[in-house]
Amino acid sequence: MNNLVLLSGTASDSHTWNLVYLQLLLEEAGHRVINLGACVPPVLLADECEAEQPDLVVLSTVNGHGYQDGPRALAELRGRPGLAAVPVVIGGKLGTGGPEPAQADALRAAGFAEVFDDDTAIARFREFITAHALCRTAGTAS
Amino acid sequence: MTGFADAVARAAAAGRLVVQPRMGMASPLEMRAGLLAVRDADASTVGTLTVDSYTRVGDHRAALAALHDGARLNGYPIVSHHPETTQAVLDGLTGFPVQVRHGSADPRAIFGALAAAGLDATEGGPVSYCLPYSRKPLRDSVEHWSEACENFSGHLETFGGCMMGQLCPPSLLVALSVLEAVFFRFHGVESVSLSYAQQTNADQDAEAIRALRVLAGRFLSDVDWHVVVYAYMGVFPRTPAGARLLNDNAARLAVRAGAERLIVKTVAEAHRIPTVDENVAALESAAEAAAQAAPEESFVDTGVLAEATALVEAVLELPGDPGTALLAAFRRGLLDVPYCLHPDNAGHARSHIDDTGRLRWSSVGAMPIPRSSVDRSGPAPDSAGLLAALHRVAHLHDARTR
Ligand code: B12
Repeated sequence: MNNLVLLSGTASDSHTWNLVYLQLLLEEAGHRVINLGACVPPVLLADECEAEQPDLVVLSTVNGHGYQDGPRALAELRGRPGLAAVPVVIGGKLGTGGPEPAQADALRAAGFAEVFDDDTAIARFREFITAHALCRTAGTAS
Repeated sequence: MTGFADAVARAAAAGRLVVQPRMGMASPLEMRAGLLAVRDADASTVGTLTVDSYTRVGDHRAALAALHDGARLNGYPIVSHHPETTQAVLDGLTGFPVQVRHGSADPRAIFGALAAAGLDATEGGPVSYCLPYSRKPLRDSVEHWSEACENFSGHLETFGGCMMGQLCPPSLLVALSVLEAVFFRFHGVESVSLSYAQQTNADQDAEAIRALRVLAGRFLSDVDWHVVVYAYMGVFPRTPAGARLLNDNAARLAVRAGAERLIVKTVAEAHRIPTVDENVAALESAAEAAAQAAPEESFVDTGVLAEATALVEAVLELPGDPGTALLAAFRRGLLDVPYCLHPDNAGHARSHIDDTGRLRWSSVGAMPIPRSSVDRSGPAPDSAGLLAALHRVAHLHDARTR
């Protein structure tokens, strides 16, 4: 397996330090990363995913529009035949008023594999990608 | 002079620092309440109307949808609200200058909307509102900003002194601030301000602001100009006391280095969009700190002015108008912003914070900066090292107040 992670900002968000940091973190954990940068519209995100066929899509956003931009990006991905199953996670500062557990649950219900939106985000994300990599290895071995 | 620049000049003549928030909310009623509270704060204030992210990237449909659904936005969607709505927000505020702050590589619709609402002050720039704010080609941004400036008759501030908010060495911030102001003037803007964002070391910052004034005196002698300092634009302290200390230090820096205006940050910065009360508290706290500070005449020269001068001259020596020169400069890497992911940035420059807390170059790429300014002793650029550098200022201020 090629262990490829596609990392992306959301359509309205121009913050990039989060992306620079997450790329380093993922690479240090042994993943290959394609970093699409900031302000990525859903169509571009889906086009890139179709072209690259990543094992995991990581959306990062801190501008406070995550509850709106996240589902729009996910809907575009799920609308493409080849991308129905690729796991997608989202994290950052998703709303404008601090973490909102109910909204995070709504994102999970909408189909995000995980939501990382509070002080435990990075610790939980490290566990998630370790487990995800193990899963993939098991999957290819069998 | 415009109403905005005029208010700043009057305060400066009276020896007072003008303080200004970063403030924007989707609801016209809340926006108006915020502006009134800022006007009535116990400080020399000007108002701000900060625009939301959808409007910034030109997605007015998403902004309208959010207004329709009552979803919260991170700013005021000035293009989507009817001009009469914005006029009502500003009703009765004559004499209280309000600046529109956005972050748009294509500001034409925003410039149109603010003019329609009777406003005459805004900010940005072809580079500073493209590289950190957009994935649009720099060429398009230069074109859009040229057009917007040609049709604009108010006060325009460059955001060039902020690039990426953090970890950009001062000489490049100063150079970009000057170069964007030169671009504005070329396109007919007669009243400008030059920005500089507080970085990691107060002495280095004071030296940089002095360098900015020297270069503004040299390259902008025929327009009205002043200097605006931004309270730290990187990762902010998490504790209220730490955040207040950093904001107050920005006010002290502004006075010490002779800047006329300060844009504050609040105790909510590290966490979420601030409330109106938090903004007012930050303004009043900064004004109090400023009132107790005094201008300084001399600064240690560690080479910021020489580096910034070399950058500005290298760009302005390139053929063509300032916009063409800026494009060529980025193409050749004569300007290169550290850690900027934008495809039109060369991406060879790197920076770090040294043991004394000063920002240093780790590498300068093709920029005309002497090798002697490069310090290769910086920490390894891994995720932990990057996070430590990004959080250094926050940690120091949180620790100092504990
Ligand atoms: C630097 C900065 C900027 C720079 C960004 C430059 C750039 N290109 O990156 C500039 C000045 C340009 C900027 C602009 C804006 N900003 Co800003 N910015 C910040 C600031 C000060 C620091 C962000 C930073 O660099 N963090 C360092 C990185 C490494 O950490 P991070 O982004 O917080 O991410 C961490 C976690 O969130 C998490 N995480 C993030 N994503 C993900 C994803 C996953 C999967 C996981 C597991 C974890 C995770 O991991 C990271 C490490 O711990 C923050 C406030 C603060 N924190 O102090 C505001 C802040 C993020 N900005 C904010 C806003 C609103 C904006 C603007 C819209 C302007 C405005 N209205 O104020 C514009 C953006 C325009 C747009 N189109 O969206 C708000 C967001 C509000 C909210 N969510 O409630 C903040 C919180 C400030 C505030 N309190 O108002 N900004």
